[in-house]
Amino acid sequence: MSEVASLRVDLGEISLPTPVLAASGCFNSGREMASLVDLGRIGGIVTKSVTLGPTKGLPTPRMAETASGMLNAIGLQNPGVDQFLAKEAPFISSLGTPVIISVAGTSVEEFCQVTLRVRDIPGVVAIEANISCPNVERRNQVFACHADQAAEVIGAMTRLTTLPIFAKLTADVTSITQVAEGCVRAGAFGLSLINTLLGMAIDTETFRPKLGAVTGGLSGPAIRPVAVRCVYEVARAFPDLPILGVGGVVSPADAIELMLAGAWAVQVGTANFFRPEATVEITEGIGEFLARKGLGSVTELRGRVDVPERVAEPAYRSG
Amino acid sequence: MSNHPADGPKPTAVAAGSTTSTPTVLHSRCEVLSSRELGAYHSLTLVAPEIAEASRPGQFVEIAVPEGRDILLRRPFSIHQASRRGGWAGTLEVVFDAIGPGTSWLAEAKAHDVLDVIGPLGRPFSYPHDLTSCLLVGGGYGAAPLYFLAEELRARNKLPHLVLGARDHDRVFKPIEGKRLASSIVIATEDGSLGLRGRVTDVLEDALERTAAQVVYACGPNPMLRAIAELCRSRGVPCQVSVEERMACGLGVCWTCVVPVLASDGGGWWNVRACVEGPVFNAARVWWDRWLGEPGTSETAMPPRGAAGRREGVVEAGRP
Ligand SMILES: Cc1cc2nc3c(=O)[nH]c(=O)nc-3n(C[C@H](O)[C@H](O)[C@H](O)COP(=O)(O)OP(=O)(O)OC[C@H]3O[C@@H](n4cnc5c(N)ncnc54)[C@H](O)[C@@H]3O)c2cc1C
Ligand SMILES: Cc1cc2nc3c(=O)[nH]c(=O)nc-3n(C[C@H](O)[C@H](O)[C@H](O)COP(=O)(O)O)c2cc1C
Ligand code: FES
Repeated sequence: MSEVASLRVDLGEISLPTPVLAASGCFNSGREMASLVDLGRIGGIVTKSVTLGPTKGLPTPRMAETASGMLNAIGLQNPGVDQFLAKEAPFISSLGTPVIISVAGTSVEEFCQVTLRVRDIPGVVAIEANISCPNVERRNQVFACHADQAAEVIGAMTRLTTLPIFAKLTADVTSITQVAEGCVRAGAFGLSLINTLLGMAIDTETFRPKLGAVTGGLSGPAIRPVAVRCVYEVARAFPDLPILGVGGVVSPADAIELMLAGAWAVQVGTANFFRPEATVEITEGIGEFLARKGLGSVTELRGRVDVPERVAEPAYRSG
Repeated sequence: MSNHPADGPKPTAVAAGSTTSTPTVLHSRCEVLSSRELGAYHSLTLVAPEIAEASRPGQFVEIAVPEGRDILLRRPFSIHQASRRGGWAGTLEVVFDAIGPGTSWLAEAKAHDVLDVIGPLGRPFSYPHDLTSCLLVGGGYGAAPLYFLAEELRARNKLPHLVLGARDHDRVFKPIEGKRLASSIVIATEDGSLGLRGRVTDVLEDALERTAAQVVYACGPNPMLRAIAELCRSRGVPCQVSVEERMACGLGVCWTCVVPVLASDGGGWWNVRACVEGPVFNAARVWWDRWLGEPGTSETAMPPRGAAGRREGVVEAGRP
C-alpha cells in the first residue's frame, strides 16, 4: 500500500501547500492566468514587483528570444503601490493561495515606503525584496551586487514588518555567498535565487541590439545551471536558511534538481508564458516522482545532492 | 510533425471558470484540418470549435512550438477565419509568413497533426454603431483578420470596402474571396504585378473619398498603420488599428508587448499591453512617435490635447 507523498513545505512561520510557486513578473497577481490554471493548486504566487510611484518602464522591443531562453527589458513597469493596493490587493486577499509581494525601489527609503503600504494586505505571507535595482543614492549601483547595499535595504525592511523577508539575489556577482551573508546578517528570513542574468543580443542583419534598452535579463532553461550552482553554494554556506530556487524551471525534474541543490521550494517564471499550467503540471510530476522513489515528503529532497567528498572544493570554473 | 508536447493540456478545452472580469481564454489541442500554401504565405485550418465559437475579428491565438528545441515561446497569429456555420463549422484559420524557426516549423504541419493553441486573445475590433461605410485596409499578411471582420460587418448590414496592399501578387491572398466579401475592393502591389502599382497609402485618400468611409480599420506593418492613422486624423475619420509588438506570453503577464497610449483626456500616457488591451487600438490614442521612434519622443513633445481620442465613442464597443 502506497501513501500519497506530502508536498507541503514549512518554512518556519510560512506553510506552502506545494513547493512550486509562480515567480515575480511572470504571473502578475494571477488574474490573467485564472482561466488557464487553477490558482488554488499553486504553492504560492510572487506578485509582479511594485514600486512606490507609477513606473512606465523601458521602450520596446522589450523581448528577444534566445537559445533556450529569452531576454527581457521591461524596466519594472507597474502602476505604483497605491494603484496596486486599490486593484490587486482585494484580488490577492480573495485567493486563498499564499501570496508573496515583490517590492522594488531605487532607494532604501522607497523600499521602506512600499513595505509599509503592502505589509497589511490580508493573505500575504511574505515579502520578496527585488534588490536587482539601481541604487540612485550610490551612482546607480545595483543593490544586489554589493553585500553592504543589499544588507542596508534588507535591514531597513525587517524593522518595518513582522512578515518574513526574502531577498532576491542576482548571480551577476563575484560571490553570491557574500551577498547572501550580508542579507542574512541584516535579518533576511530567506533568499530567492536567482533573478535574470544580464545579457544582450544583436540583430546581425541590421547591426542593432534586439532590445530597446540594449541589454536585458536572460531567463528560461538557459540559466538553470547557474541557478542550481547558486542555490548549491548558498545552501552549503547556510544550511538552515529557507531558499526559493528560481531559474529555468520547466519540468518536474528541473524543480527537483533545484531542491536537491538545497532549495526549499521553487519558483517558475518564463515557463508560464508558453505553458500556463506549468506550475500545476510540475507539482503533479513531483508527486509522481516522490511516489516512484518511495519518498514520503518533498522535504526529503532538500540538499540531497550527493557530491563526492574529494571534488567538493573548490569551485573550478572550467578546464 | 508528431513531436508536440505529450504532456500538454487535455484534449478538450479547459476553462476553469474565471473568478474575475478577465475574458475567458481557452487552451486546446487542435487537429490540423488542412495545411496549404497560399501564394507566399501559408494557411493552417484547425479544428477548434470552442475557440472558434468565442472568437471575434481582431483577436489572435498563440500556437505552441514543439518542446525539445531551443525555441520556447508560443507564436501569435491573427484569426483569419473562425467558422461557426456551414461545412467548416468549428474551425479556425490562420495565415502566416514563414520567416523564422517557429513559423517554418508550423508551415510543415500536416493534416491530422495536433497543435497546442491558446485563444481567443486580445480585444477585437469594435463594430460601428450607426455608421455604414467602412474601409478595411490590409498590408501583407495584415489582411488576415480583415476578411473575418468584413464578414461580421456584412452580417450587421454595414458596407465593408477593402484595400489590400502587398509587395507582389503572391502576397495578396484570397483576392476572389475579398471580392465576394467586400462592397468594393482595391488592390495595390509595389511591383504592379496585381492591381495598381504602389502602396496602400498611395491609394487610400482616393478610397476614402470614393467610399465616403466613416470608419477605417487597418492591419499591417506598423509604419503603414502610422501613416494611415495620420491620414485619418487629418480627415477626422475614426480609425482602429491592429498592431504587432513582440509578445512573450500573449496572456497579459509579462509586459513585453506594450504600446504607448495617450490618455483619453490628452493628459499623460501609459504603456499599454497589446495582448490584452490591444492588439486593436484607437489609432488616435497611439503615441506613434514615441512607439516607432523619431520626431519628438519626450514628454514635452506629446501631441497637443484634443489630438487624442478625437471622435471617440462613435464606434460601439464590440467586446464579446
Ligand atoms: C497580435 C499578433 C498577430 C500576428 N498575426 C500574424 C499573422 O496573422 N500572420 C503572420 O504571418 N504573422 C503574424 N504575427 C507575427 C508572427 O507572430 C511572427 O512572425 C512569428 O512569431 C515569428 O516567429 P518565428 O519563430 O518564425 O520568427 P522569429 O523572428 O525567430 O521569432 C523570434 C521571436 O520573436 C517574435 N516575433 C518575431 N516577429 C514578430 C512580430 N512581427 N511580431 C511579434 N512578435 C514577433 C516571435 O514570436 C518569437 O518569440 C503576429 C504577431 C502579433 C503580435
Ligand atoms: C518578463 C519577465 C519579467 C520579470 N519581472 C520581474 C520582476 O518584476 N521582479 C523580479 O523580482 N523578477 C522578475 N523577473 C525574474 C523572474 O522572476 C525570475 O527570477 C527569472 O526569470 C528566472 O526564472 P525563469 O527562468 O523561471 O524565468 C522577470 C522575468 C521575466 C522573464
Ligand atoms: S505578451 Fe505578455 S503581457 Fe503581452
